[in-house]
Amino acid sequence: MNAIDVHGLVKRFGDKTVVDHVTMTVAEGEIVGFLGPNGSGKTTTIRIMCGLLTPDEGEGTVLGFDIRTDSLSIKREVGYMTQKFSFYEDLTIGENLEFVARLYRLNPVEDHVARTLEDLGLTTRRNQLAGTLSGGWKQRLALAACIMHKPKLLLLDEPTAGVDPKARREFWDEIHRLASGGLTVLVSTHYMDEAERCHRISYISYGKMLATGTVEEVVKNAGLTTFVLQGPRLDQVAEALQGRPGVDQVAPFGATLHVVGSDKKALQAALADVEKQHKGVTVAPGETSLEDVFIQFMSGSKDNMA
Amino acid sequence: MNSVFSFARLGALLIKEFIQMRRDRITFAMMLGVPLMQLVLFGYAINNDPKSLPAALVATSSDPYTRAMVSALQTTGYYRFDNVAQSAAEAEFLMSRGDVAFVVTIPADFARRVERGDNPQILIEADATDPAVASGAISTLGTVANQALLRARGMQEAAAESAKGQLEVVVHRRYNPEGISQYNIVPGLLGVILQMTMVMMTSIALTRETERGTMENLLAMPTSPLEIMMGKVLPYLVVGAVQVVVVLAAAKLLFAIPFTGSMSLLLTAVLIFVLALVLLGYTISTIARTQMQALQLTFFFFLPSIMLSGFMFPYRGMPDWAQLFGEILPLTHFLRIIRAVMLKGAELPAVATEIGWLVVFVALFSGVALVRFRRTLD
Repeated sequence: MNAIDVHGLVKRFGDKTVVDHVTMTVAEGEIVGFLGPNGSGKTTTIRIMCGLLTPDEGEGTVLGFDIRTDSLSIKREVGYMTQKFSFYEDLTIGENLEFVARLYRLNPVEDHVARTLEDLGLTTRRNQLAGTLSGGWKQRLALAACIMHKPKLLLLDEPTAGVDPKARREFWDEIHRLASGGLTVLVSTHYMDEAERCHRISYISYGKMLATGTVEEVVKNAGLTTFVLQGPRLDQVAEALQGRPGVDQVAPFGATLHVVGSDKKALQAALADVEKQHKGVTVAPGETSLEDVFIQFMSGSKDNMA
Repeated sequence: MNSVFSFARLGALLIKEFIQMRRDRITFAMMLGVPLMQLVLFGYAINNDPKSLPAALVATSSDPYTRAMVSALQTTGYYRFDNVAQSAAEAEFLMSRGDVAFVVTIPADFARRVERGDNPQILIEADATDPAVASGAISTLGTVANQALLRARGMQEAAAESAKGQLEVVVHRRYNPEGISQYNIVPGLLGVILQMTMVMMTSIALTRETERGTMENLLAMPTSPLEIMMGKVLPYLVVGAVQVVVVLAAAKLLFAIPFTGSMSLLLTAVLIFVLALVLLGYTISTIARTQMQALQLTFFFFLPSIMLSGFMFPYRGMPDWAQLFGEILPLTHFLRIIRAVMLKGAELPAVATEIGWLVVFVALFSGVALVRFRRTLD
């Protein structure tokens, strides 16, 4: 059984279609990265999966429960971490955890809270107001509260936004540790390095699911060719390349220029021209990155937020 | 560029302020609605000299003098005899229920005494729980009654002077013989204070969660709408209970308000009233989108509640449409109960209808709140 198995999900707000026939399966124990630009429908899709929104079209099950009719069962077995910190800032850390433990009817409450505080390393600060915690600690507290009831599926909505790199690293270590214990994780993110820590990724843009697979598969299926240019006056080279047939992306990376295109022949022809016109510029084949693929997706899909 | 005042910058602030004002529909509606509402309420609905007050007639004979008396009282415009009571006990019950403001008793030997010139009497009992209501009706009484009697006997106005004093109108100000207005105000204040605080506190219950972003988390956890509603509402029932004790103690100690009725009946009614109020507040919080809107809606509801419930101005002085409006306010029914029980010593049968109304409000508000509650973020 798949932990998530939804198909044809559609959600409209007014005349805007925010989620447009999204189909997604996540196997048990998998960590799936959910990627896409701002406003692409990631949060809405996650909210549909945990029963916070009803889809206009489409069916599906989460942990075997129907997303339309059995949202209470889903809520009991899913841990959902919201994008914005949504615990009570005017309650202490301990009081927040006690509240959550009681809502999930965890018995005895004190044991669960004490263990969670211990794992978090917050035992000494249990009487501190949650609102006074720093961003990184709030995120850790939210995660701890979400997994206290031992959910089978964790839905994380941009959990690492605004968190420093060290805390992000620790957070991902924790996610992998939980997944190895059998937990399924769906995590939305903007960060490419985080996408590469997922077993599989799904890329959504303006409500449409554009690619699904492992990072390697997604990059390979995109069919892009990348060249790396080195030499003097690369800014002029970049300007000369913009808009040429075959050249889809031109992006400076430090002292080099990455040029990406989907039509390999046209791209090579364009680069051959540039090589002739600009003395000292060398062209070497490069590796297409996940980011290149996403930029390609984004420029290819139409913005519906206007 | 660096001046302390710039019209361009002021313009920017003004434009921004007007845009925000226009976006917030409820605030905008309040800005137009409140003055209009106040104008209409003060202008049309409120009348400090109520006329056409319901009265009960206790008369055993229907001789010409009695009829003349009744029609004279009716022509004053203050009395409206739509109840003819069979007995003094029935009239008493009508008054304790608040169905009538006056009971006019014309004794059986009235006609005989008039003809014999033997000091005839009529008895007018007025419900003086609100002293202001009865005063107009009572003050005009003596002259009017005497003139009517003289006309009935075919005497001229000239002879009236000498005959004056023949008829004696005995007035009993019931429940509040000294006409102390605190007797009317203080029990009413309990209702008003509860209305103000209970509705206000619960009206921000859900909007606060939404504004702080904790609503999403609450909904994502396994809680049902009924649990959330009860969880939000019950704590304020406790707060309300404390307020009730404080106000009732103060009523007794500071104002010496008489406590004639049953305490347990009063407390039961108060409990139902507070429940209706917290549920009303909760219903508001399912409608409002921000805490600000919730407080505005509370105020919007509070204003007619004190104006049209009979707290500030006599209920019977209002035109029919305003009285009808008053009926849909929980405070109106609560005021009738608390005044009847505290001052008139009314028992359950006399206030059962009003308590029934409060129960209807409880059911109605909780029903609306549960339907309105958005269990999803749709």
